[in-house]
Amino acid sequence: MASTLAEKIISAHAGKDVKPGEIIVTGVDVTALQDGTGPLAIQQLEELDMVRAHNPAKTVLFIDHAAPSPRKELSNAHMSLRRFARETGAVLSEISEGVCHQRLVESFVSPGDILIGADSHTCTSGALGAFSTGMGSTDVAIGIATGKTWLKVPETIRIELTGSFSKGVYAKDLILHLIGMIGADGATYMALEFGGPGAEAMEMSERFTLANMAVEAGGKTGLFAADSRTRAYLEERGRGDDFREMTPDEGASYARIIEIDLSTLEPTVSAPHTVDNTRKVSEALGTRVDQVFIGTCTNGRLEDLRVAASILEGRQRHPDTRLIVTPASRDIYRQASGEGLLATFAAAGALVTGVGCGACVGVHGGILGDGEVCLATQNRNFQGRMGNAEAFIWLASPATAAAAALAGEIVDPRDYIKD
Amino acid sequence: MSGMVFEGTAHTYGRDVDTDVIIPARYLNTTDPDELAGYCMMDIDGDFAQRVQPGDIIVAGENFGCGSSREQAPVAIKAAGVACVVASSFARIFFRNAINIGLPILVCPGASEEIDTGDTVRVDMEQGVVTDLTSGKSFQAERFPEFMQEIVAAGGLMNHVREQLK
Repeated sequence: MASTLAEKIISAHAGKDVKPGEIIVTGVDVTALQDGTGPLAIQQLEELDMVRAHNPAKTVLFIDHAAPSPRKELSNAHMSLRRFARETGAVLSEISEGVCHQRLVESFVSPGDILIGADSHTCTSGALGAFSTGMGSTDVAIGIATGKTWLKVPETIRIELTGSFSKGVYAKDLILHLIGMIGADGATYMALEFGGPGAEAMEMSERFTLANMAVEAGGKTGLFAADSRTRAYLEERGRGDDFREMTPDEGASYARIIEIDLSTLEPTVSAPHTVDNTRKVSEALGTRVDQVFIGTCTNGRLEDLRVAASILEGRQRHPDTRLIVTPASRDIYRQASGEGLLATFAAAGALVTGVGCGACVGVHGGILGDGEVCLATQNRNFQGRMGNAEAFIWLASPATAAAAALAGEIVDPRDYIKD
Repeated sequence: MSGMVFEGTAHTYGRDVDTDVIIPARYLNTTDPDELAGYCMMDIDGDFAQRVQPGDIIVAGENFGCGSSREQAPVAIKAAGVACVVASSFARIFFRNAINIGLPILVCPGASEEIDTGDTVRVDMEQGVVTDLTSGKSFQAERFPEFMQEIVAAGGLMNHVREQLK
């Protein structure tokens, strides 16, 4: 039977050919918790007297959402994660290591794996050709202790990409465009599978950005084939042995096929307060911006920082617009530092913070004031997301964000890109 | 499972009610359900936590519970005293979480457009029927598979597992 990527990975785990709609119990290869959802999972396991990890080396507890801790209650929550790691042998990813989804692709997830994580953007790892999906604390707790979970085999929407991006247009513009097209629930219960020549030509950083936001269309995961670029990415990290080729079968059956010619896209933003409230940058020009935030599991990678730095280099932020830059992981921070990117940001008037989720989740480090407007490279612009229900969040690419930091308002990034 | 019938006052919302507004991350400083309940729906319905009465019913449009995987969202709704959430559709992580923590939910397309805040609503989980007793209108909902109903009736997955282990 010809299978989609999702069906292929789940079938390999189930030991039989699975069909969409089927509910199966499957082993999981990697399980993950973070400091927002982890304490509840650990409490559940303690109450059941099941404080154990089925596969400690692939059970990872991330302290990233409130890192370093801004409150004693969260410090105590962090202590429960550290204690669980000590007691079970699970891996602890400390405050200095970075955002869980970036750390998972760097060090823990391999093509063909099934990953469940108690964070909705767990779908990011799908870019490696892994079936990775977000669940709640209880589901992941059971997965940690037993090494198993239950899944409904999803239908797949194929996103067939052709052409290449024109200047000033990036993967972020594509995913915002796509979510605007299919809506915040356009892929609910389904997998998104990105393919075609446009996808094959993409760098891993672009694939991560796309897979990361699958959940913003309601998707269960966002998948890419594991190919030569995936292999190179793993080899660079000393993980060449983890590579496995993963491709969908010719003739696999899809719930829907959406074709997009990348060359037709333009810089795109999401307006407050939903991700699918998208429009072209040209339709949002002149919107005042009080704060620009560049970072997160969506766009806090080295390639993103390079794009932003190239626009900001030798220039100054607008005096009324503050700029916060948060590298997604320690590796990215070190490389960005080595390349001089962090110095470029500082020279342009940015605040460069330590690694982690930073301002995105609205717990600390960039909470907005009443009526303030933030343009951010993150994946969500929900009301109250950045700590204040009276504030407004726009989503954009790192290039559009950097240009807005210079202009103090939403502008076309193509006017700010140096040739 | 028989006897899972709820009657209460409706609180009606539109589509795409996300978990950030159900329980904002800035209040996730505790796992105590009662404390979480005090902030429930705060960012879209400021005095919900003060107004809600035990047994009340949330009625919403499509994609209820989209966004973050935080299980504290259904926990906060349940601890606030809400008996049941009826929505046109649910985001998938919220759906799993609600079942797992024992919050009764029902997929009922169309109900949110017809039911007004303040109406008295009757929800029969077993039959999958939602009735607006104020207007007299009735809506057919999707019935859950038996095993999911058992988990909800047990008060959640952990209680269900505990019962199975006995």
